Amino acid sequence: MAHRFPALTQEQKKELSEIAQRIVANGKGILAADESVGTMGNRLQRIKVENTEENRRQFREMLFTADSSINQSIGGVILFNGLFSQLDQGAAPLAGTNKETSIQGLDGLSERCAQYKKDGADFGKWRAVLRIADQCPSSLAVQENANALARYASICQQNGLVPIVEPEVIPDGDHDLEHCQYVTEKVLAAVYKALNDHHVYLEGTLLKPNMVTAGHACTKKYTPEQVAMATVTALHRTVPAAVPGICFLSGGMSEEDATLNLNAINLCPLPKPWKLSFSYGRALQASALAAWSGKAANKKATQEAFMKRALANSQAARGQYVHSGSSGAASTQSLFTASYTY
Amino acid sequence: MPHSYPALSPEQKKELSDIALRIVAPGKGILAADESVGSMAKRLSQIGVENTEENRRLYRQVLFSADDRVKKCIGGVIFFHETLYQKDDNGVPFVRMIQDKGIVVGIKVDKGVVPLAGTDGETTTQGLDGLSERCAQYKKDGADFAKWRCVLKISERTPSALAILENANVLARYASICQQNGIVPIVEPEILPDGDHDLQRCQYVTEKVLAAVYKALSDHHVYLEGTLLKPNMVTPGHACPIKYTPEEIAMATVTALRRTVPPAVPGVTFLSGGQSEEEASLNLNAINRCPLPRPWALTFSYGRALQASALNTWRGQQDNAGAATEEFIKRAEVNGLAAQGKYEGSGEDGGAAAQSLYVANHAY
Repeated sequence: MAHRFPALTQEQKKELSEIAQRIVANGKGILAADESVGTMGNRLQRIKVENTEENRRQFREMLFTADSSINQSIGGVILFNGLFSQLDQGAAPLAGTNKETSIQGLDGLSERCAQYKKDGADFGKWRAVLRIADQCPSSLAVQENANALARYASICQQNGLVPIVEPEVIPDGDHDLEHCQYVTEKVLAAVYKALNDHHVYLEGTLLKPNMVTAGHACTKKYTPEQVAMATVTALHRTVPAAVPGICFLSGGMSEEDATLNLNAINLCPLPKPWKLSFSYGRALQASALAAWSGKAANKKATQEAFMKRALANSQAARGQYVHSGSSGAASTQSLFTASYTY
Repeated sequence: MPHSYPALSPEQKKELSDIALRIVAPGKGILAADESVGSMAKRLSQIGVENTEENRRLYRQVLFSADDRVKKCIGGVIFFHETLYQKDDNGVPFVRMIQDKGIVVGIKVDKGVVPLAGTDGETTTQGLDGLSERCAQYKKDGADFAKWRCVLKISERTPSALAILENANVLARYASICQQNGIVPIVEPEILPDGDHDLQRCQYVTEKVLAAVYKALSDHHVYLEGTLLKPNMVTPGHACPIKYTPEEIAMATVTALRRTVPPAVPGVTFLSGGQSEEEASLNLNAINRCPLPRPWALTFSYGRALQASALNTWRGQQDNAGAATEEFIKRAEVNGLAAQGKYEGSGEDGGAAAQSLYVANHAY
């Protein structure tokens, strides 16, 4: 390490840092509306709606034209490639592993980022996937995904986009809470070492991790407080205080569980130097989808369902959510899909 | 990574975490009194005193006979091996004198630096052989924490990737072994102030080094809540022509730590690295007033910067012992305030307090 060559100017750092803080300010979180065509197909199939571009557009439009009070709760929206900032280009297998993957999308990434920035995007997202199973995640998978995330983050920042770093340890499997915590700690340690190696400016990034939970097939049940303690402990041990915000993915949790867990996380007695918020897809949209059922006449009901979840999560991001007691069927329904890909 | 094999039981973790928190309780820091025989030679020769075991005992007695005023500002004392088994004039073991004041006893366990072949004068630190057995014995003999110092330096081509990797790894091995024996490891990756580099360069290097250290600690399954960090403050090199204020040093230091030290680490106990007594206090104070959020305790683990005035007052004369002890207590109280951002400055200049304590290429 003979010399240092600053990756970013002071002005660039300031811009990135301000964007990142705005997204997670005061109980705001992110609506992840970046489902791929295939994934939207799964969603729409559940409510028996045809997966056409028009239907996809209609649904998203309802969310995005919700009442402006939504601005209290949503600091950012992630949209699919067509418009904005889902920057990765899907998984590629890692040969010699037990079906593990890395993520593609680095080729021409700088040019794509520059274009997105011009088109109005301020942040990007890149999802790496790790799974817990026999011999998994392997050190190769951890290292390779951490490295790809760091390259992506570096390139984003060069183009004025705040990178949301998403190293998802998926909930598939029957492992317990402790095992997930152990793996999450190892993965996050590798991610932050890679970010450091790649000279990424942490104050201008956000982290989108899984909460620490038991595997979906685990027979043991845990309370939101247990999930919260395991989650915050793992973050505590790995995420530097310079990171302004952590926006959890919902990973198949029901809408209500995702909110309850986020609330418990914000009430966890351990010191929490970062904002702890949400970046939810399914867990913000499930009720809205059910209310819509493909009928334009249901627009108002759809928007109300969406805003209700957004507000609930905004309260949870401040540890102020009070469980209402009455939740619709859609909000308590597990949203787990095995081996989830967008 | 199929399974986890817990390195520590919950009881072991609790013991380590409790010890660490006691050492860095609010307003408290560490007296580093672990100078090796070779280091003591340099200190004593400066005041014209012969480097004998008895003189070393008499000198440490000056420090350890401080009265209860140190209870509120000293959380731990680091001993050298020889000192751990010495007693005061009345036959009271030093270890007991310290423990009776509610202060945690620590022990230096490394065995000094050795060269890394193929590098530009870089080193690693030895001492891993038989370390577990030594730790077990030290624990029986009253020690609850340990210290291991690695050294890196900034120059045209250093620190090299090898030096960073190797020193981080050896620190992590040491930390792991300590914890297995109920001893809290203080992890010390010192980047020397030798050189003419500016503040930004030191910050950059410090961030790289600390990132490597925490990755190694994670790889070695070290329980962070049961460790302490003893880093350099981020400062310019000693030969740097640019002068910086304590606030600039504080900002650079806290920024570097925020980017690399996980919040789970309970405390950061800075080394003084040749700063004068007053500088070390002012910088620590500025660090504790830095507007950036700081999730760990930020306090001191000072050797020279706690002892210079005391040593100078003692000068080997037992008649001066009382006055020398007072000098030590004074610096201890000042640093206790600085560790809370409550120090208002001495007002008086000169004397041993302001004199730079820089010794080129310092090896303890």
